[in-house]
Amino acid sequence: MGEKTLTRMDLSEAVFREVGLSRNESAQLVESMLQHMSDALVRGEQVKISSFGTFSVRDKSARVGRNPKTGEEVPIQPRRVLTFRPSHLMKDRVADGNRK
Amino acid sequence: MIRSELIQKIADENPHLYQRDVERIVNTVFEEVTDAMARGDRVELRGFGAFSVKQRDARTGRNPRTGETVEVEEKHVPFFKTGKLLRDRLNGKA
Repeated sequence: MGEKTLTRMDLSEAVFREVGLSRNESAQLVESMLQHMSDALVRGEQVKISSFGTFSVRDKSARVGRNPKTGEEVPIQPRRVLTFRPSHLMKDRVADGNRK
Repeated sequence: MIRSELIQKIADENPHLYQRDVERIVNTVFEEVTDAMARGDRVELRGFGAFSVKQRDARTGRNPRTGETVEVEEKHVPFFKTGKLLRDRLNGKA
């Protein structure tokens, strides 16, 4: 099993190998994909990529939290959080690939 | 937004590329992320988020319908943690 960390560079490299654009243009395309997905999420849209997974934005209401170290109560403001729900295909591939 | 809309946006911005190449590019990126996780690797995309694999230990579960106990094997599941920049943007801070 891996434990390697891939970055944007590895994704651009894969695009470069697959399509034969320049490394620079491949990197820009990866960046622009992430940008479009982020922008849609910031607008409150769901981003649904079939056979990959779904990113959705959820509203969390205000609550009283507690500093676990001091026990002090701190107000937590209402906020928006992003959740990712992997597709069945991704879950299966990750489960199968990491099975011992 | 769905996959085809993402492909369309990228295609509109890159009129010099064939639509089918844009499709291949977008598919390659998602495929690469899934492949990495299937190998147990992480994918860290600063500002967007990080995909990683979490291990769920074996446990004794129960069939909620019949009440029967079942042994659930150890398994690995995909996990995504939102990056700081995107989290801030979602909350109008960036």
